[in-house]
Amino acid sequence: MGKHKMPRKSTNVDMTAMCDVAFLLLTFFMLATQFKPDEPVTVVTPNSISEIPLPDNDIMLITVDPDGRIFFTIDSKNDRKDLIEKLDEQKGLNLTEEEKNNYIVGASIGVPFNQLKSYLAADGDQQGKLDDAAPGIPTDTVNTSEANELALWIKEARYSNPKLRITIKADADASYPDIARVINTLKGWKIFKFNLITGLKAVPPGTAAFEKQNAGGGEG
Amino acid sequence: MAEMEVADKGGKKGPGVKKSKKLSTRVDLTPMVDLGFLLITFFMFTTTLSKPKTMQINMPYDDEELKEEEETKIKESTALTVLLSKKHRVYYYEGMGTDPESTPDVQVTNFDPQDGIRQVIIDKKDKVENLRRTGQLGAKDKTTILIKPDSTSTYADMVNMLDEMAINDIRVYAIVDITDVDKEFIQMTEQANPE
Repeated sequence: MGKHKMPRKSTNVDMTAMCDVAFLLLTFFMLATQFKPDEPVTVVTPNSISEIPLPDNDIMLITVDPDGRIFFTIDSKNDRKDLIEKLDEQKGLNLTEEEKNNYIVGASIGVPFNQLKSYLAADGDQQGKLDDAAPGIPTDTVNTSEANELALWIKEARYSNPKLRITIKADADASYPDIARVINTLKGWKIFKFNLITGLKAVPPGTAAFEKQNAGGGEG
Repeated sequence: MAEMEVADKGGKKGPGVKKSKKLSTRVDLTPMVDLGFLLITFFMFTTTLSKPKTMQINMPYDDEELKEEEETKIKESTALTVLLSKKHRVYYYEGMGTDPESTPDVQVTNFDPQDGIRQVIIDKKDKVENLRRTGQLGAKDKTTILIKPDSTSTYADMVNMLDEMAINDIRVYAIVDITDVDKEFIQMTEQANPE
């Protein structure tokens, strides 16, 4: 017993604390995540250097798919309830409570008013099929015209919530005249300011925007 | 848990019963931590990356009741007209093409980052800057770009063009409806440069 023997320490670390932290963070992120509302059509947006994030609420979203079909939605459930009731009354759609409720919880609408009742009566899977065949919301050159249903949607939605921010989400391959129809309808209601949803792309070096960005980052 | 001990029944043991070895209740949590962090990474990426970006756009105020003298006047020398056409082609000419006497020199280009429309815009800006320096233009005259998308152009063309405005710091621009004269220009240029 001459030499003192160092006790061999175990290399096992107690993982409990780390596990706690990991799951705490996990819970936080899970609760913070808002799942994207399901969309009737897949739209690939073009990219721009703009970095303004989309606001979280008070959004009116007009989707234009590659074939030029127009879909319309607003985000708040209360406003949707208000909106569908007004449209039901104005257009004489005779929607049942259940159909109205289907609208409130549902996704973007891309059918004309005369098909709206049968669309809302369908269940989730069928609606998906109907979306594939949906003609989109009809538009016209004149806003007050009966045929311009998009104009009515926009008008009534803005009555439900005047703070709505108008965003257009269009596919990169959508043709310009289809977009112009939407823009002209907005112009008809004297809306000249709206947002286009785009992907993010890097600012090309050597341009005015690039210099501005770097100057802003360096000094301020 | 894998190593959980089963509680003895009764508690008292006979003299012949061998006492079972006490097993550790410790569980190796490493895989659980791994899983936890994997999921955290996933949620972090999905929350931050899926946030869509938007581009703010102001259309020119358009009202039939607007009087002529209230309309914004653009000087011919500050203007550049850009026509967007099929196959992502871009046609451009100096000025606004309103003078019926002279046909503008219409050029064709594309969205190439090196020698596409961006270079044209930069050159135009320099030109306007020079004119301002020599006193031919007032300090308030800015480079103005008129964007006229043709019916054959796509939404991507429009967004790309608007993006060029942001990239090159052009403050004054407008999306205008294309005129028949402009459509003729496109046709003429197309015939002159067959591809």
